[in-house]
Amino acid sequence: MKEVKKQGGLNAEIQSRIGHQLRAMYDDVVRQGVPDRFAELIRKLDVPAPDPQLGATAAADQTSQKDRRD
Amino acid sequence: MPLTDALRDDILASVPSLRAFAISLSGNGDRADDLVQETLLRALANIDSFQPGSNLPAWLFTILRNLFRSDYRKRRREVEDADGSYAKTLKTQPAQNAHLEFEEFRAALEKLPQDQREALILVGASGFSYEDAAAICGCAVGTIKSRVNRARSKLSALLYVDGADDFGPDDTVRAVIGGSGG
Repeated sequence: MKEVKKQGGLNAEIQSRIGHQLRAMYDDVVRQGVPDRFAELIRKLDVPAPDPQLGATAAADQTSQKDRRD
Repeated sequence: MPLTDALRDDILASVPSLRAFAISLSGNGDRADDLVQETLLRALANIDSFQPGSNLPAWLFTILRNLFRSDYRKRRREVEDADGSYAKTLKTQPAQNAHLEFEEFRAALEKLPQDQREALILVGASGFSYEDAAAICGCAVGTIKSRVNRARSKLSALLYVDGADDFGPDDTVRAVIGGSGG
């Protein structure tokens, strides 16, 4: 009796099994959340360029220009 | 758009799935995290080019995917995960049986051509629409659909060789089931 379903039925069963395994593998990693290194990285870039000489002077220039314009 | 607090939170919220995507692509936990880091730096450096209101995860996935592709072209994949370093990145170790099945599945996934693997992951695991996946991969929607289909049939051929016959109960079990079930 089961043999009748072989073509369509089992194929669909295999496909759903593959889908399940794929998501299980993926979700295992997703559940690990955000590792500290990435949280820090994004947080750090929060501070507006506290920065090597160039950045700092460029920023200062911009503000002084703006001041002048105002 | 400027890097607002909300946008930063959204980027942070995308990190877990970016990692999962990176690991699925590269098959290597350490390399995947380098890829994610590079992606975040790229994204933050180019945040001005992100259109507010557009799909942030898709934008980030596109960056990651392109980085991986250029990296891939340069040095080929150092896939081999013989020592199971991928499995070690997982927080919960699956039970023995499940673990075996899991390793088998991962090995089969590794055998897919790159185009098919990424399409399958984007649609089947990341949950992107075919349209988003097509945008991420820079190809037509129909191309994504056919890649996903080919990936699925190749996986089922690899995992369940000869299709139905190797799938499910073996002959002995089947005989028992047949006998008791009538």
